[in-house]
Amino acid sequence: MSSTKRSPWLTLTALLVYFFLYAPIVVLVLFSFNASRTNVVFEGVVNQGPCGPFYWYCQLFRNRDVMEATRNTLVIALTSTFFATIIGTMAALALQRFDFFGKNAAETSLYFPIVTPEIVMGIGILVLFSAAFGWINAALALPPNQRLTMGLGTVIISHIAFSIPFVTLVVRARLHGFDNRLEEAAMDLGANELMTFRKVTLPLIAPGVLAGAMLAFTLSLDDFIITFFTTGPGATTLPIYVYGLLRRVVTPEVNALSTIWILVVLVVVGISQWFQNRE
Amino acid sequence: MIQSFRENRRLQGFLLILPTLLVMLVMLVIPLTLTVITSFGQRDADGNVIYTFTLENYWRLLGFTETGWDDLYLGILLRSLWLAVQTTVIVILMAYPLAYFIARAPEKRRNFLLFLVLIPLWTNFIIRIYAWVMILRGQGVLNSALGGVAGLLSIPFTPFDFYPSQGAVLVGMVYEFLPFMILPIYTSLEKIEPNLYEAAADLYANAFHTFWRVTAPLSMPGVVAGTILTFVPVIGTFVVSDILGGRQVILVGNLVQRQFLDARNPPFGSAASIILLLMTLTLTLYYTRRFGLGEEIAAG
Repeated sequence: MSSTKRSPWLTLTALLVYFFLYAPIVVLVLFSFNASRTNVVFEGVVNQGPCGPFYWYCQLFRNRDVMEATRNTLVIALTSTFFATIIGTMAALALQRFDFFGKNAAETSLYFPIVTPEIVMGIGILVLFSAAFGWINAALALPPNQRLTMGLGTVIISHIAFSIPFVTLVVRARLHGFDNRLEEAAMDLGANELMTFRKVTLPLIAPGVLAGAMLAFTLSLDDFIITFFTTGPGATTLPIYVYGLLRRVVTPEVNALSTIWILVVLVVVGISQWFQNRE
Repeated sequence: MIQSFRENRRLQGFLLILPTLLVMLVMLVIPLTLTVITSFGQRDADGNVIYTFTLENYWRLLGFTETGWDDLYLGILLRSLWLAVQTTVIVILMAYPLAYFIARAPEKRRNFLLFLVLIPLWTNFIIRIYAWVMILRGQGVLNSALGGVAGLLSIPFTPFDFYPSQGAVLVGMVYEFLPFMILPIYTSLEKIEPNLYEAAADLYANAFHTFWRVTAPLSMPGVVAGTILTFVPVIGTFVVSDILGGRQVILVGNLVQRQFLDARNPPFGSAASIILLLMTLTLTLYYTRRFGLGEEIAAG
């Protein structure tokens, strides 16, 4: 679309929508410096202990629950992204480049999770795991400390499942303009299939795979509903932790945590943009 | 030789898709089948599921109970549907101008403007709702700001009860899903060839006609994709209504969650979940048939 002169009304509307998007973020960051522990009213900037205005940031790093939830969230996101990216990319290659038995069924099953409300999938997985675990525990007569329960494993498997369709969608979009002759040329020049994949196919689809991985990672970090139904003891993620706090009192620690979170994301994205611009 | 090569490619394709099919079988097909089976079951006095075949749970959801007509659950279903429609319409009305603004901005600045839309998404889903609690509650930021303005103008001011309420839920929903509408609409607007506008101008179309005959139809795929990305999560949510609506706003998502975790009635919860799924699938299927499949979903 070309840039032509814009009406002032359009600019004003755009500014208002941006204001709507950013007002909560500003409030979030501001209240991380709040002197009030209950964090309902802003009672001035906190100045306590050696950290001064960054009191809540220091408290945060002493909070074991938060640290454990952060670790769980990252472990789940990294592991599920790794597997979902590989499986999803394989599916994208299969659907875009190959003909095989059951292709239509595969296409449908990949669109299904996107148009299914998360709670339906979460409930289904909960029903499956509780039935399967109950059956296995009874059949093997496992002692209480060895029984299968919901935990990190079940959350990771569920995240892999809901991420695959999105990875496939993104990678397929990039494969759309892929020139098959490049691979044929490599084969003509004596490269075997593995070599062709590594030296020709992979570098060409790498941006798509990276974009798919980023999306899977974001979806996993952000997920609440499916995690809520598949989590168990020792697998509390940050969203689950904060949800639990919301029923009691949320201290400014949570605001400090979100502020750090936004800063980390900005730095990571900034670095990746810088690398892209250099190329 | 060619024959075996083709067979080989079929096998390769199948092997590549096999892991996905296995994951979808175990994590989607089997869970949904189990949910359907459970929804035809009953609950005994201890809260265990008895597997039989009864439509009782579905009749109860639709309002037919042993004691007569009761539209409690039908009301919940319709309220969820209505809230999802409201949210989607408001989100389109807010997202379209912004997407249009970005698409018309100088090319160098577009990425930055788009990036600004994404930053709020990188906080957390729950944190974003919590931010609205801080703004909307009785002593919250909005009431303080309004009180400040009223003080300056020396008008008497009593704080509003913004939270918890149905309106607060609507605001939270709109906020959560706005970026998912802006991105696909932007993607389809950006694809429009500039010479189409020149052609429209050559044919004496005014600004309104150009928008109505060129821009709007060509950006429809983006609107369709954004609608699916908004409507589907909104209709099934229970978190936003739980936090911003207090105990007042009960949606079908809350109903399902409570039947499983508090009321311990999985058969009834499963039936509600299946009704929710059927409702969503029917509406999205009708919508995509009517307006074309949202290929721009990939952009979101």
